[in-house]
Amino acid sequence: MSDTTHIQLAHGGGGQLTAELIEQVILPALGGPQKTGELTDSAVLDAPSKRLALTTDSYVVHPLEFPGGDIGKLAICGTVNDLAMAGALPTALTMALIIEEGLEIALLKRILESAGRTAAQAGAPIVTGDTKVVPRGMLDALMINTAGLGDVLAGADLGFQRVLPGDSIVLSGPLGEHGLAVMARRKGLSFSSDLLSDCTPLSQPAAALVEALGGELHFMRDPTRGGLAATLADLAGGSSHNVEIDEASIPINPTAIAAAEILGLDLLTVANEGKLVAVVSAKACDTALRVLREYQVAREAAEIGRIVGQTDTGQLPLVEMITKIGGRRIVQMPYGEELPRIC
Amino acid sequence: MTRQTNTAIRQQCDRIDQLCRQALELSGSAGPLGIMEVCGTHTMCIARSGLSGLLSDNLKLISGPGCPVCVTDQSYIDRALHLAMECEPRPIIATYGDMVRVPGSGGSLAEARASGARVEVVYSADQAVEIALANGDTEVVFLAVGFETTAPGAALAVLRAHNENVPNFSIMTAQKLILPAMEALLSQEDVRIDGFLCPGHVSVIIGWKAYASVAAKYARPCVVAGFDAPQVLASVEAILAQLASGRTESASVYPSVSAEGNARALELLDEVFVASEASWRGLGAIPESGMELREAFGRFDAAVRFGLPDFPSREIPGCRCGDVICGRLHPTGCGLFGSRCTPRRAVGPCMVSSEGACAAAYKYGPHDRGPRQ
Repeated sequence: MSDTTHIQLAHGGGGQLTAELIEQVILPALGGPQKTGELTDSAVLDAPSKRLALTTDSYVVHPLEFPGGDIGKLAICGTVNDLAMAGALPTALTMALIIEEGLEIALLKRILESAGRTAAQAGAPIVTGDTKVVPRGMLDALMINTAGLGDVLAGADLGFQRVLPGDSIVLSGPLGEHGLAVMARRKGLSFSSDLLSDCTPLSQPAAALVEALGGELHFMRDPTRGGLAATLADLAGGSSHNVEIDEASIPINPTAIAAAEILGLDLLTVANEGKLVAVVSAKACDTALRVLREYQVAREAAEIGRIVGQTDTGQLPLVEMITKIGGRRIVQMPYGEELPRIC
Repeated sequence: MTRQTNTAIRQQCDRIDQLCRQALELSGSAGPLGIMEVCGTHTMCIARSGLSGLLSDNLKLISGPGCPVCVTDQSYIDRALHLAMECEPRPIIATYGDMVRVPGSGGSLAEARASGARVEVVYSADQAVEIALANGDTEVVFLAVGFETTAPGAALAVLRAHNENVPNFSIMTAQKLILPAMEALLSQEDVRIDGFLCPGHVSVIIGWKAYASVAAKYARPCVVAGFDAPQVLASVEAILAQLASGRTESASVYPSVSAEGNARALELLDEVFVASEASWRGLGAIPESGMELREAFGRFDAAVRFGLPDFPSREIPGCRCGDVICGRLHPTGCGLFGSRCTPRRAVGPCMVSSEGACAAAYKYGPHDRGPRQ
């Protein structure tokens, strides 16, 4: 092969170059058999239990590597966390790569090694995958799709319909770190090195919550795109209950606050990749906080609000925030990407 | 966790209520008193903190012409669109993000970009010069909008282009001055403005003493505030304390602002710009309220370079942004608010801009829909 440093179209052709890429780059990074010859058309798995969770997500992020993570780590965390929010531990993951011709192989290797490490950390083996290469210009460098199969823990009974008035809302840590770290790097802002993405697998703290709380745990969601605002708006809409949060009780990362200020963004609407929101019965709230705080990634967990009763018929359920000064304001579903402001 | 009631804030709101009563008694008029903010960041801060709901029924906070995008006249947007779409070869339009979605008569710059116009979002005027340097064969036009806050940046960019002889850079200016607008607002009969909550950023440049003439001539307290809710409350309290004791002065509760402002920035503005008549959405043409390039820098004027025609100043049918900007109408009083006009599909600039009064009312509503009933 003429160029061994960059991805060529032939790397996706199914021939020798494809086999080389899989054997030399992909399999060592992600784990699995040594030779492509040992790969079968499908992974065959033993069903772990009767209740399975299944999810899929595609990942595109620019830049591919950002402070605190990269697209590989993100592709594992995102899917593992979607399983975790359903009360499931990951059993197996799939990973499909769509690569733009010309991508640096060293970069691909770094990204896949990061994905492999994260998958191992989350206890989620990558059991099957696919590689395609598209001509230059048809894609921004790399897109990853992962799907995850999970084993729903006994005792997990989660859903909008289980959310009740009086329930407490728990958030596992400060907001906005992922979105702001990526945006700061993208815009070349000087504080970008101080702000790390929170991208991390949440399987363990989520499973611990299920085990400790059982039926007292009513709902979980990771506030990714659209941030906490979107998650709470969904929670209000899905459960038909009003939601009330206290601004003063939301955990804070001062660097993220400063970055949001500079970019003119509302922290509540910025993406997170390593936080969870849990709705728990009020009496189980202290337990939930104690359990979460045992994990480094959730050590700043706090009760941030509560469910406040069914909305009247015909009234749209509302998310309200009691501000730091004691005022009240609405929290809305964000309506799209916010533009940088003038001053 | 319990609901935190901030005792200090509550006490301050009680004091504000007391001062309102005293001020009304002294003036012998019925309430509510009106305090206008003329800064988009203040508008957002008030809405985001839910401040209005905490204040006295005798006090109304009114959003004025504080958002640079909102006060920019329709004719300017139409001119920018003409530049983006009709001039050949097509120039690169460098603009602050907020301007991209503001609708003109024939669409927005965002729509123009989708149909092939070259529109780049920048964070500073200097970035526009960088784009010009990196694209030597293409004209780059910076849309210079905003108040005294953004004007020094535009002036520096022009000076840099002048000193480094950047032939393909120019600006289309709609820079505005805040004081003439405040005077124009006070000449309105139908809006009650008892005092001004003055902008922090602008005042860093012009200094808090700059408002002394307005305070004296129109007998309205003018107090500069920073950008968080406690600052806004402090300024409101200071304004009311003046009114309650029959004083009308300019002052500041924002430590970053000096009496005289930033001399270097003011010199810079004077070097590059000269005051000229400008068109404001809602307020119309106001003499000496805009900034025009001085003759020495005339070659950087995009209007001259491209021979841009004048466009008539049109209002968008049904849109009442002009009335909102002047404080005549609360955003929720507009017939389009929340129905035809939302942040997703905005009809007028006050809903488009992230600091517009309508966007603030829509996003953080209904507790900020004017005074409590």
